[in-house]
Amino acid sequence: MWILRLNMNDRTYRLSEVPEAYKNLGGRGTTSTIVHDEVPPLCHPLGPNNKLVFAPGIVTGTAAPTSARVSAGAKSWLTGGIKESNAGSSWASYFANMQIKALIVEGQPMEKGKYWITHLTWDDKAGKPKAEFLPADPYTGKDLYEVFPKVYEQFGTRAAIAGCGVAGEYGYGNSGIAFNDLGKRPSRYSGRGGLGAVMASRRLKFIVLDSKGAPGVPIANQGLFDQGAKKLAEALREHAITKPKGGLNTYGTAVLVNIMNEAGGLPTRNFSSGRFEGAAKIAGEAIFEGVKNRLGKEVYNHACSPGCIIQCSNTWYKTDGTEHTSCVEYESDWALGANCGIDSLDDVAEMVRLCNAYGLDTIETGTALAVAMEAGVIPFGDGKKAIQLVHEMGKGTPMGRILGGGTDFAGRAFGVTRVPTVKRQSMPAYEPRAVKGMGVTYATTTMGADHTAGYTIAPEILSVGGKVDPLSPEGKAALSRGFQATTAFIDSTGHCLFIAFAILDIASGFEGMMEECNGVLGTNWKSEDAAKIGGEILRKERAFNEAAGIGKEEDRIPEFMKYEPLPPHNQVFDVSDKVLDSVYGEL
Amino acid sequence: MMRIRVKVFATLGRHIAGGVTGAPFPLEVPDATTIADLVRQLNLPREEVKVAFVNGRTRPLDWPLQPEDEVGIFPPIGGG
Repeated sequence: MWILRLNMNDRTYRLSEVPEAYKNLGGRGTTSTIVHDEVPPLCHPLGPNNKLVFAPGIVTGTAAPTSARVSAGAKSWLTGGIKESNAGSSWASYFANMQIKALIVEGQPMEKGKYWITHLTWDDKAGKPKAEFLPADPYTGKDLYEVFPKVYEQFGTRAAIAGCGVAGEYGYGNSGIAFNDLGKRPSRYSGRGGLGAVMASRRLKFIVLDSKGAPGVPIANQGLFDQGAKKLAEALREHAITKPKGGLNTYGTAVLVNIMNEAGGLPTRNFSSGRFEGAAKIAGEAIFEGVKNRLGKEVYNHACSPGCIIQCSNTWYKTDGTEHTSCVEYESDWALGANCGIDSLDDVAEMVRLCNAYGLDTIETGTALAVAMEAGVIPFGDGKKAIQLVHEMGKGTPMGRILGGGTDFAGRAFGVTRVPTVKRQSMPAYEPRAVKGMGVTYATTTMGADHTAGYTIAPEILSVGGKVDPLSPEGKAALSRGFQATTAFIDSTGHCLFIAFAILDIASGFEGMMEECNGVLGTNWKSEDAAKIGGEILRKERAFNEAAGIGKEEDRIPEFMKYEPLPPHNQVFDVSDKVLDSVYGEL
Repeated sequence: MMRIRVKVFATLGRHIAGGVTGAPFPLEVPDATTIADLVRQLNLPREEVKVAFVNGRTRPLDWPLQPEDEVGIFPPIGGG
């Protein structure tokens, strides 16, 4: 396995062996450790001293089911703290198969306005990966849907692509890194935290991979690995949420719209209510039925990446039956729908498409639009005007740049007090006043408000992995801490976090995940080690944030949520600061 | 008898003839009907019922319903 460093100052690269201390890391564990060890915490995220790190998970590239995830990490341009954002893509598997443990993008060319492509291939003679640097000028300033086919034309259809859109080039706090899906769309995102701008600031537009001839991931104990992969695959095929034609495969992640609305926890019109009267019109069920009506047949969802059993990615079609966009995820559907008071799936789908085209995070886009709506820039519910504002973000107009700066930035520009952010990152689709464990996660995670960092929704709303009252503040510090630690581990394995739905309920699935890792690494981890290993990752992330000036004082929910009761349950966020501090205080 | 409003979501909608998934419909049920009784009355497969809400709060299946309650019934779902 290799550590590959790209030096963007002079467009050279260096391969080195993986240090002993990094051997058992993967995914988030790798990116957060390298950012912790190598990035000066006080550096400017877009300056020459930040580093962008990519790492496949421990089992990514193997036959482990639902494991083609890649982590991207850096000092975040949005939050100023550490960031890890992972995505599912064939890019992840190719990368792992080239035996690259981590790709570290360093330095910054002096000349402005010139961008580069790094083409990574397998050098069969030398038995190691090889990097070439090529000019990216023809691809800058453009829609990624227009550019991706040309990149495939240049590098061949076997290629896999990671890159930033114009949002990154403009230096937006709201800019993600796009990866290809299996349909070659620029639609799988490490969306959060402004990593697109971090990539663009190194003048790196695309990393194109072709793993032809690559040897694949070395496996220390094939028998143990196979046993683990089988157990996990069985759990995924058995659990009602993850099985074929189950909830996710039928309705996609937007199946959550109705249940969050029913629970009074679907943030609506810039977090002013927990119920949206138009929820049913944009729900996963409406997407399934709408597609059926427009195509005249039932369509089940597809995989975003190779080897996935769950297959939760949907496609929305226009009235004439042609594809509009893929994928309308729950968070995107909510951010650009309910949170903006918009109940048209066609308008939501258009904004999802535009976010993919411009390189924007759909969550941060929807929440910034809602703050602008709150300020009276456009009315809540006006989908057509919202679409125009997303275009302004893509064109880099002054209004577009205010919104592209992110939700917190837009709130400052417009003088809005109801700004749903923690550590300058906007909250996703769960209301902290109605789901208090999730509020604890938003407040305390190292990532800024992030649902994936500790998904207490599972026991609080979905009755998965136990049952907990979402409105009660009791016991939520321990609940969130446990979820955050286990999640940091799962994010390191390379598995999609959605395997958690199955393995929280089916113990053999959890064992299977651990056996897969032990099989690859030759370790002897037990199930209970997952949270310990995850906890170590969290400590490193926390140490980086503290050194970057982000201490426990920033582990807080926005003030308005403490004094504005949220309909329909009329609750405020009543978890005390002491309890919030205990999440990491007792880690 | 009492009148309640019922919503059935996701894959459970397949069991409601002519019903639209998630669309509320009124129902007359005997007094003291529990959520479990309602599930039986609607012919929903018990093993597919995972979470039930009454007026926005998660309730156990033996929860007795009151007049004008709004009930939402879900199969196992997840996402995010």
